Amino acid sequence: MTGFDCVTACARVARVLAVKIAVCVKQVPDAAAAKRLDPATGRLDRSGETALNATDVNAVEEALRLKEAHGGEIVVVSVGPEKALESLRKALAMGADRAVLVSDPAVAGSDLVATSHVLAKALEREAADLVLFGQQSSDSDGAVLWAAVADRLRRPMISQVAELKLDGGTATGKRQTEFGYDVIAVPLPAVVAVSDAINEPRYPSLKGIMSAKSKPTETLSLADLGVEGERVGVAGSRTTVMGMAPPPPKGGQVKIEDDGNAAEKIVDFLAERKLL
Amino acid sequence: MGTTLVFLEHHGGELQKGGLGVLARAASLGGEVAGVVLGHGVQDVAAQAGAYGASTVYVVDHETLAPPLPQPRVDALAAVVAETGAENVLFAGSVLSADVAAGLAARLDAGLNWDLTDLVADGGGLVGKRPALGDTVLVDVGWTTTPRLALVRSGSFEPVETGGTATVTPVSAQFEDFSTQPVLVEHLQETTSGPSIEEADVIVAGGRGLGAPEGFKLCEELADALGGAVAATRAVVDAGWYPYSTQVGQTGKSVSPRLYIALGISGAIQHKVGMQSSGTIVAVNKDPNAPIFDFADLGVIGDLNQIAPKLAELVRARKA
Repeated sequence: MTGFDCVTACARVARVLAVKIAVCVKQVPDAAAAKRLDPATGRLDRSGETALNATDVNAVEEALRLKEAHGGEIVVVSVGPEKALESLRKALAMGADRAVLVSDPAVAGSDLVATSHVLAKALEREAADLVLFGQQSSDSDGAVLWAAVADRLRRPMISQVAELKLDGGTATGKRQTEFGYDVIAVPLPAVVAVSDAINEPRYPSLKGIMSAKSKPTETLSLADLGVEGERVGVAGSRTTVMGMAPPPPKGGQVKIEDDGNAAEKIVDFLAERKLL
Repeated sequence: MGTTLVFLEHHGGELQKGGLGVLARAASLGGEVAGVVLGHGVQDVAAQAGAYGASTVYVVDHETLAPPLPQPRVDALAAVVAETGAENVLFAGSVLSADVAAGLAARLDAGLNWDLTDLVADGGGLVGKRPALGDTVLVDVGWTTTPRLALVRSGSFEPVETGGTATVTPVSAQFEDFSTQPVLVEHLQETTSGPSIEEADVIVAGGRGLGAPEGFKLCEELADALGGAVAATRAVVDAGWYPYSTQVGQTGKSVSPRLYIALGISGAIQHKVGMQSSGTIVAVNKDPNAPIFDFADLGVIGDLNQIAPKLAELVRARKA
């Protein structure tokens, strides 16, 4: 006679619910450090202090919460120089399970088209149920990478997500738009980009920091991913930086102290500029 | 220059100002300029673009395009690019457009430059102007192949009414399986009166200095008098004083209205990057050392509770 075998049944349920999550992160110059563009290349000088991109920390946090609720595995994935491993360690210290860094000198100078190609190759290798992005990279202000990666992976996507739920094989996200909110459901596997409104990230615990040192990290070359040199770097990019200049001067600035007539003075100022 | 397509976003049956502004700019660059309208039952919406300088509007009309989701729009736009052999595809920056543009870049292996504040013709090609490092540097960006894709910062170009009419040309598209998987479950419209911050010529923005959520009444009153929209800083959005859809700054929106009035905003870099390309900036703050005074065209050191209501009253009187 066969009774209800909880061990097997529960394991089966856990297998169904457990999600493999890949979180795409980027090392960026520290927000507090002065930033400069290299005049020769027009690219951001990345030699100074660095940090894990702020919204990517929200993405890692969201992955941790999903894992706590559903079980599974979290791998952080990044494309960047060797020293980006420092930033990946922070994600591991928060609780991610392992890290993959695609690091190859040929990647330098890659634009959206080239970077999304490399990242998609690394993600294809992981075959995660859910790929998470932080909404905005603080070094390029470009809120766009995930959409390119989703198209390359041929997966459904939700971006600008302020709330995320997983239910069986479906991810449901609340997407912030100019007009309000859209609630969007996608079947897994899927790509989701989260905004910083989604959660308050935890700080790594001392235990987390210690254990991060022994968590597996993998550094991959382009050859490991089967990416051809012509698809990356300057050769693989479709945009260029042609030059830079200081922005045009704005003209005189006026600063006044309110003497009781500030409102009148503002009106005069606006009228003079034909803004009323 | 070959054909330039301008993606015209629409909402509630109205073409959005951002796209129409880009259309006007595109017309000044030379070559053939056409609008693209994607949606379901959008023939009339598409025809509106004629009055703003589009002689042709390509339309993909399909029920799959009814909800405002990006991925089916990538499929549809790729079909229009294939049909027209367009050299340039231009977008006004928005939540939807950014996803569509980036998806299309991957699909076509095409270069995408974003957050541009200007586009200029350059010997048959294009050069984009992109502010970087908190708008302290203006970078010239280019493309090495066609089609060239560009996202323009909202408010950079004003629409120009030409009073023309457009030929609406239907294009059919095939949709990818993965593109049609996202389902719109719920559409929650936040009711704000007046224009959205992307569309507004005038923005009145509030920060911590308002003191309390109720302080936004001052912003609303002044915005109402000026026919503008209300925006907020990250600090007050995080504190729940005002909706996220109005957040201006690094983690919100970048805007460049003709007039930006900042009430009780210190001008931290996170906010500055989202609004400093505004035409004219007026700041009212009681702290004489607030960084916003370094880049405001008119800085007023004073109590906004006194100044803002009076200003609203004077503006109303003047307009009456």
